[in-house]
Amino acid sequence: MIGVALTFSIACFGLGLLLNIYRIVNAPTVGDRILALDTMVINAIALLALFGILEGTAVYFEASMIIAMTGFISTVSYTRYLLRGDIIE
Amino acid sequence: MLVEILISLCLVISGIFGLVGSVGLIKLPDAMMRLHAPTKATTLGVGGALIASMLYFYFVVGRFSFHELMITLFLFLTAPITGHFIAKTHLHLGHKPEDLPPTGSERPWANYESDESRAAIETPESAVNEAARKSG
Repeated sequence: MIGVALTFSIACFGLGLLLNIYRIVNAPTVGDRILALDTMVINAIALLALFGILEGTAVYFEASMIIAMTGFISTVSYTRYLLRGDIIE
Repeated sequence: MLVEILISLCLVISGIFGLVGSVGLIKLPDAMMRLHAPTKATTLGVGGALIASMLYFYFVVGRFSFHELMITLFLFLTAPITGHFIAKTHLHLGHKPEDLPPTGSERPWANYESDESRAAIETPESAVNEAARKSG
């Protein structure tokens, strides 16, 4: 039962990643593109957590922690650049 | 058996909410509405997956892991900050200053306030020093 639920969940997040790629390719504004990249990072974290359950190891949690930090920093730098024209003032 | 049902429920809920977040990013008509949808994927989607992983590692594999709590805490701390910054970017790039509603104070919207006027209002020490210099 866990296997079926795991497959369903992984399929949902994979489909979400595809929808995010579609949104990045044709986004109406630049803010939408940044939002889609941020959502993509979130979906990647969830996929890594689910893959950790599938494999039965805890190695992937360090990777998803690093992806979470990188995603946060990159989103903040993109928006800072658009708002202020500079990242570190 | 009960634990398996609980883990499967968490996994299915997380999958549904993750998909809802990404579909909302495509379907919703307005930029500020689109900002609302992926927060569901952040809180319930990733949160459900990490709770399921914690339950699985504790009850099925038999070892307790707290990495998931760290990831959840980090995401819950950073999601409002990124949301705030993206909303400010939408506001700055998509609206003219005269189209925005009044702020209800003498100060303009934060992204249109110049650095000088913000420093003059928000650092009272300099104002106090200037007043002291003028009188003395």
